[in-house]
Amino acid sequence: MRPELSVRGTATAIEGPLLFLKRNIEVGLGEAVEIWQEGEAPRLGRIAALDDDSMVVEVLESTVGLGLADVKVRFFGEPIHLAVGPGLLGRIFDGVGRPVDGGPPVAASLRQRIDGRNLNPAERELPRDFIETGVTAIDLMNSLVRGQKLPIFSAGGLPHDRIAAEIAVNARLRREGSGEFAIVFVGIGISHDAAENFRRAMQDSGALAHTVMFLNLASEPSTQRLLTPRFALTAAEYLAFEEGRHVLVIMTDLTNYCEALREVSSSHGEIPSRKGYPGYMYSDLATIYERAGCMRGYGGTVTQLPILTMPAEDISHPIPDLTGYITEGQVVLDKGLDHKGVYPPINVLPSLSRLMDKGIGKGWTDPDHPALANQLFASYAKSIRVRVLASVVGSEGLTAIDRDYLAFADRFEGELIAQPAERTLEESMAVGWRLLRLLTIAELSRLNDAQIDRHMERDHA
Amino acid sequence: MTPSTAGIQWIGGPVLHARTRDPFRIGEAIEVGPRRLPGEVIRLDGDLFIAQVYEDTTGLRPGDTVTGTGRPMSVALGPGLLGHIFDGLLRPLDASTVEQDFGFVPTVGTGQHLTAGAAFGHLPGIGIRQDCLVPPGASGLVEFVAKEGRYGRDAVLCRLVDEMGRTHDLGFFQHWPVRKPRPVAERLPADEPMITGQRILDVLFPVARGGRAALPGGFGTGKTVLQETLAKWCDADIIIYVGCGERGNEMAEVLHEFPDLTDPRTGRRLMERTVIIANTSNMPVAAREASIYTAVTVGEYFRDQGLHVALMADSTSRWAEALREVSGRLGELPGEAGYPAYLSSRLAEFYERAARVRTLAGKTGSLTIIGAVSPPAGDFSEPVTSHTKRYVRCFWGLDRERAQARFYPAIHPLHSYSDGAVRFADWWTRRGNPRWVAQRERLLTLLEAQADLERMARIVGKDALPPAQQLTLVCAELVNEGFLRQSAYSAQDRYCSPERQTSILQLILRFIELSEGALERGVAPQAIAELPVLRRLQRMGEEIGQSDLTAFDGLRASLESAMAGLTKEETHAA
Repeated sequence: MRPELSVRGTATAIEGPLLFLKRNIEVGLGEAVEIWQEGEAPRLGRIAALDDDSMVVEVLESTVGLGLADVKVRFFGEPIHLAVGPGLLGRIFDGVGRPVDGGPPVAASLRQRIDGRNLNPAERELPRDFIETGVTAIDLMNSLVRGQKLPIFSAGGLPHDRIAAEIAVNARLRREGSGEFAIVFVGIGISHDAAENFRRAMQDSGALAHTVMFLNLASEPSTQRLLTPRFALTAAEYLAFEEGRHVLVIMTDLTNYCEALREVSSSHGEIPSRKGYPGYMYSDLATIYERAGCMRGYGGTVTQLPILTMPAEDISHPIPDLTGYITEGQVVLDKGLDHKGVYPPINVLPSLSRLMDKGIGKGWTDPDHPALANQLFASYAKSIRVRVLASVVGSEGLTAIDRDYLAFADRFEGELIAQPAERTLEESMAVGWRLLRLLTIAELSRLNDAQIDRHMERDHA
Repeated sequence: MTPSTAGIQWIGGPVLHARTRDPFRIGEAIEVGPRRLPGEVIRLDGDLFIAQVYEDTTGLRPGDTVTGTGRPMSVALGPGLLGHIFDGLLRPLDASTVEQDFGFVPTVGTGQHLTAGAAFGHLPGIGIRQDCLVPPGASGLVEFVAKEGRYGRDAVLCRLVDEMGRTHDLGFFQHWPVRKPRPVAERLPADEPMITGQRILDVLFPVARGGRAALPGGFGTGKTVLQETLAKWCDADIIIYVGCGERGNEMAEVLHEFPDLTDPRTGRRLMERTVIIANTSNMPVAAREASIYTAVTVGEYFRDQGLHVALMADSTSRWAEALREVSGRLGELPGEAGYPAYLSSRLAEFYERAARVRTLAGKTGSLTIIGAVSPPAGDFSEPVTSHTKRYVRCFWGLDRERAQARFYPAIHPLHSYSDGAVRFADWWTRRGNPRWVAQRERLLTLLEAQADLERMARIVGKDALPPAQQLTLVCAELVNEGFLRQSAYSAQDRYCSPERQTSILQLILRFIELSEGALERGVAPQAIAELPVLRRLQRMGEEIGQSDLTAFDGLRASLESAMAGLTKEETHAA
C-alpha cells in the first residue's frame, strides 16, 4: 500500500453526489477517498472517472455542507476494502461497514476488496444440498439449495419481511455434520422499524448470535446503497470461505438498490436504457447475485435470498426481469392469495427453483419428491385453467373431472400453501399426497404406477 | 520492429482513450497497463484512438502504456480444446489441467504438395480424430515433417516451401482472427436434419446440419435446460457451448455433469466432444462481446476438419447488451431500445457463419448455430428477437404458461416454426418413416384445432361441445402429454432416437384413428378418455426405453383390443 496522500483546494465543481477535482496526483480508477471539510465528519467516496487533468469523485454521503475552497481529499491508493475477522457474528454495521451497535471495531485478520473477486466458473462446486426452510411452497415445490440465489418477488403490503425472518430462524440442513449456519441480513434503504423487527425476531429465537446485520436505512444517502450489499457479501464470503460456515444472505430491498443505481447513473449523465435504468444494470446486479455459490476446496457456502418489491406488481418491470435472468429461480408472492388470508401467499406457478433437481430426490430428500412436485404443478396449473373456465361458464358447464379440479385448487391453496406453522418436508409431502387423492388416477400422468400404489390408497381421500 | 505504443488519456469502465504517434489499426489487439490487460482498438481519430479492454480496469491510470501487437484479435486453434473450459478470449479457466505437449502422427511425406486446409498429420489417442491442418493462406511442397512422437506446444511439425520460395512453418496451432470467417471451398445446401433426440424438435421443428435456430423465452421458461439437453444429445461430432453473460453455477453444472454422461451413439464421454466458453454475467462485459466470435471461430476450425459441429450460444441477448453497453460508453447514437444501429448487421454476420460446407481439403463439414434469446419481459417483439428472426430458419418459441405447469420442453407448437422442413422427408424415409410429412401436418393441425376449441369452450362450456370436438381435445391432450412432453431428467426419455420417435408417433396417430372410428360407431368421447390404455400411451416415452422397442408392439396390441372392445352400450356405463 502506498502512503496516503491528501490534497486541498483542487475541487472545481460539485453536482449532486459528484465532486470534480483537478488531477495533480497519480490515482487509479475505482480507488477509495475520504473527503474532509472543516467541522464535518469525514465522508467516504471513490474515483468514478479520470482523464489527463481532471477526475470525478463519487461521494457516498450527502454533499450538503461541502464547499469548493477548503475541501480536503485524502487518497487511499486502493479500492474500498472491508476489514473482517473473527467476532463479526452478532454485530450490527451501517451500510458502509462501520459498527453502529456501540461495540468496538472488529479485530481485523484480513482486509478484503468489497467488489469480491471474479469467481472463475471452473472453480465453482455444483450447489447440491437441500436447505429445509419450513415453508411448504419452497421446500416441496421450489426447493432451496445451498449456494443458490433465490429471490422473493414481492409487492408493497405483502408479508415478505415476515417470511424472510421465519426462514432465517427455521432454515436448517438436514444431513448430519453439515456444518454451522450463519445469517447475514442486509437492509438496503429500509425503514428503521423493518430493521428493528428483523433484529427482534432473530433475538427472540436466539439466532442473533450467529447473525451479522448491515443496515442502510431509508434516511441514509442513496449512493451508499450501492455499496451496502457489497460490504455485506464481503463479510459473508469471509464467514463462508475463511470460517467454513454455510451463510444465508437475506437482502431487502433490491428495488431500493436499483433506484439508487438509476439516480447515480443519471447524475453521471449516462444514456438511460429501459425505464431510465442504466444499460449496465444487468451486469451490475450480476456482480451482486453471482457472489452466491460454493467453491471447490472450501467447506462453506453463500446462499442468497434477495427480496425485491415489484413496482406496480409488474413482473416484467426491469428490476424483477433482469433479476430473474440472473438468479436461479424466484419465489413470487401474490396479492390475491394474501387477500384470501393464505399465509405465506406464495404463488407457486410463476415461482421456480432452477437448482431444485440438484438437491432433491434420491440421496438428498425423498425419492418420490421430484415426481410429487411435478404432479402437483401439473394438476394445480390445470385447476387454475378450470377455474378461469368456471368463472365464465359457471361450474354447471364443467365435466365431472373438471369439478374435481375446482375442489383441488381450493384445497391446494387452503391446505398446502397456507400453513399455520413451519412444516418438515415429510409433513409437506404428506399434504401433497393427500390432495392428489382428490383426482382420478387417469389424471396423474406424472406419477408412475409404483408411486400410485404406494401413495394413492383411496380410503384416505 | 518495435511495437507501437500509446499513453492512456481517459478511462471509463471498459473503454479507454489513448494518444499515440505510432500506427495503430482498427481491430488491432493491444495490451494495456502494467498488467498487460488484453484489449482491442475500435476507433481511430488523428493521434487519438479508442479501445475496449477485456478485463476489469480498476486501478488503470491516465499515463499508463498501451502496446500494440500488430495483429487483429486472434485465437490459437489446435489440440487441447476439447474437454476444457475457456474464457471469452480462449484463455483456459482450468489452466492447471491443460496439456503442455501432444502426440503427433505425420500423414504426409517430404516432397508432397499440400494446399491450404489439407492435413499434414493427426493427433493420436483422443476420441475424435483431429487433424493438423495447413492454415488458409499457406501451401507448397513439404520440406520437412516431424516424426511420430510427442512435441511441445510451439514445436515446428512441418515446413512447406511454396512456388515463390517462401517457407511456412506449421505447428499444432494456427492463429486466426476471430472476427473473420474461415474460408471454405463451397457452401452446400443444408438438407439433412441434425437429430436432437427431442421429439418436438425432430418431428415438428427440425433444424438442419449447418442450419440456424433461435430459442427465445422469458426467464424461467427453460432455455438453459433445453440448450444443455441439446448439447448433450444432439448428433454432432463436436459441441461448442458458450455461456455468454449467464450464471456461473450453470457452467459448474456442465463441468460437473458432462464428464459422467456418455454419448448414446459413440459410447464416449460427452465431455470429450465439448468445448466450453464461459463469460459469466459477473465477468468483464467487453469480453462477452468477443466470446461469441471466439466460439464461432473454434466451431469453424473443427468444421474444417470435416466434422459436424453444433454451437449453443446462451444467450445472444447478453451479447447484444454487451454491444449496447460498449456502444453507450462510446457515445454512439442509440437506435431501437438503446441498441446500436448496427445490431442487426452484427447478428447477421454471426448467424451467417453457420453452414454446411465442402472444406478446402474437400471434406464435408457443418456448423449449426442454436442461439438462445432472452427477451426482456418475454416480449418477442423486442429488437434482438425480431432481428434474430430475420436470420434464422428455425424458431423455437418458449411459452411461460407451459413452463409454469412444468411442461418441458416448454416450446409452444403454435408459436414455433421450421422453415422448409419438408426437405427432410427423404431423410425420414431412409430411416423407415415415409409418411413423416403427412404425420407432422396431422399433429400441427390437431394442435391448432385444440387451441380454437379451447377458446370456444370458454364461451359455451366443455360439455356443450359436440362429441367430435370433445374427442379432438382428448387426442390433442395425448399428443401433448405423450409426445411433446419429454423430461430432460429422465434417464430413459432424455434422449429419444429417431426409431423410438417414430414408434411413439405412430402409436399416437393410431389412437387418433381408432378413436375416430369408435366415435363413428357411437362411442362417447368420455368412454375413450377413460380407457386405462390411455395412461400407458401418455407415459410410454417414460416407460418404454430404447432397449425394448418391441414393447411398442405389445402396447399397440392392447390399444387395438381396448378400442375394439368399446361399443355403443358402454357409453352409459361411464
